[in-house]
Amino acid sequence: MVAFLACVLLMLYGLYVVVTKRNLIKIVIGFSLIEYAVNLFFALAGFRPQALAPIVTSLNQPRNFVDPLPQALVLTAIVIGLSTTALMLALAMRIYEKYKTFDIAEIRRLKG
Amino acid sequence: MDSNFLPLFVAVPLAAAFLTPLVSKFWPKLADVIGNAVGAVLLGLSAYGLLYLVTGTESLVYWVGGWRPVPGLPPLGIAMVYDRLSALVVLVTNIVGFCALLYSVRYLDHFTARWKFYTLFMLILAGMNGLLISGDLFNMFVFLEISAIASYALVAFGTEAEELEAGFKYMVLGEVGGAAILFGIALLYAQASTLNLADLGRQLAGIGQTPLFWFAVGTLLLGFAVKMAMVPFHSWLPDAHPSAPAPVSAFLSGVFIKVAGVYAMSRLVFNVFDLSRATAPVFFDLLVGFGLVSIVAGGLLANAQRDYKRLLAYSSISQIGYVLLGLGIGTEWAVIGALFHVAAHGLAKGLLFLGSGAVEMQAGTRDLDRLSGLETKMPATAWSHVLGSLSLAGVPPFAGFFSKLFIVLGAIQARMYWVAVVAVLFSGVTLAYLTKVTHKAFFRRQGTEPTPAREAPGTMVAAMIVLVVLSVLAGLAFQPLVAGVFRPAAEVLLNGLGYARMVLGG
Repeated sequence: MVAFLACVLLMLYGLYVVVTKRNLIKIVIGFSLIEYAVNLFFALAGFRPQALAPIVTSLNQPRNFVDPLPQALVLTAIVIGLSTTALMLALAMRIYEKYKTFDIAEIRRLKG
Repeated sequence: MDSNFLPLFVAVPLAAAFLTPLVSKFWPKLADVIGNAVGAVLLGLSAYGLLYLVTGTESLVYWVGGWRPVPGLPPLGIAMVYDRLSALVVLVTNIVGFCALLYSVRYLDHFTARWKFYTLFMLILAGMNGLLISGDLFNMFVFLEISAIASYALVAFGTEAEELEAGFKYMVLGEVGGAAILFGIALLYAQASTLNLADLGRQLAGIGQTPLFWFAVGTLLLGFAVKMAMVPFHSWLPDAHPSAPAPVSAFLSGVFIKVAGVYAMSRLVFNVFDLSRATAPVFFDLLVGFGLVSIVAGGLLANAQRDYKRLLAYSSISQIGYVLLGLGIGTEWAVIGALFHVAAHGLAKGLLFLGSGAVEMQAGTRDLDRLSGLETKMPATAWSHVLGSLSLAGVPPFAGFFSKLFIVLGAIQARMYWVAVVAVLFSGVTLAYLTKVTHKAFFRRQGTEPTPAREAPGTMVAAMIVLVVLSVLAGLAFQPLVAGVFRPAAEVLLNGLGYARMVLGG
């Protein structure tokens, strides 16, 4: 339970970073925090106390495994997160080339 | 026909997305051919599929890799479910996609890197189609992210300062929404230990509506609210949609926000969470409330704009409000109206954005105060814009009239008279801001000189005319369409857990 709450706290902290920081790179870091927190939460959702890694051998009973599905899903989610972070950083770089700053207070040519 | 053609909806555009960069190194123009061929193939497939479902079986289910469910055990494989609701939205998606691709051929003349555009557009199409036919919660998320990431790149496609800024803003908000959706999926999985939508519905019905269940529902809804630009999560849309190239704006505004937001949300709310106005009145009142706020805020903000595309983008927020309103009212007529509005708004808003792109390309600006008298120079664009506006504003006999009529009828049926009044009133506001565009850009004669411009190239006009014709036809043929397409699609939603029986049997 504590672990789950810690994940939610990490997520909220990431959200706080995204909302309050003015530097584009820090916003990307905040987003990464949210993403890691969600992935961690998902992986933890498959946790069972006293259980083994989900590899079937002749030695173990096929009942006391942790749930392997969230692990597979989190791998996919990590890949998605990687491409998202890469694209975000690429956009941040291009913005820096145009505006010569990472400060969102100075990046406001859009209005209305 | 069996369900073996379902993977093609994803495989064809995905294969094209990989093929386009490879071949266009040797023959750049081939990208146009591949893109438009894929658009046509998908359009044909979806029209055939819808016709098949309307006249025959209720749904088609494809188990990826042949992992069919065994009775008594939870389904292990990933399902692709093509029912009457998905078939309808798939068709709307591919009509708008086809027209946007046809329009792109000449519109891209003033862009470099034609193949990059087509590659990203193919990825969006693959993601949208995949999301619509997926019967698996995590698969829905993956397809949603595929199309979302491609759309972020397309919004920033012009790589001007404003476009990059809009793209970054859209991306951060969209991805926070995506993270919320993933968190919601994790919460649901933690409770039900299954991801198949049909099985998930059954498991959740067995568990009951615990506080954790409502927490998961709320988190998912927050994510979809960002994706569909519901007020107050709309701030990215008026920046992002106008910044994209016109065919992409047409696709994002016409289809993307509805598929990624409204379709995904209503599929989960009705068919998986099995909520209805009878069992969860507070939840549905909230939907009505957010729908009304979106209609009012979007409509009023649209009225204040002087940028052609920005005005249309605010209008999309307002029209999404109508769809949300129809779903929230939750009576049969209101849901039919909401689905009809998904189609009517998809066609009309796609058309208007394509028109705005033609104006921007030929006249060099989209500032309404600097445009005037384009009707004499670009008659086809002007008149298709007029007809599209009339449809969107809800003037008979266009498609938009009947969709709004059904939503209002549903509201009266549910005895929500003041909701009906606001819906009708803001239909007038819609007409007001669209008339403002029509007047300023196309028909204003005195005061300013007509903006120098020529009619848009043939394929661009053709794409617009296709959408005009469909908007008119959908309005004129509303009776057979409602009976044959929209009512069956609404029944899928209102059937609740009937979805599980349809997919898994039993």
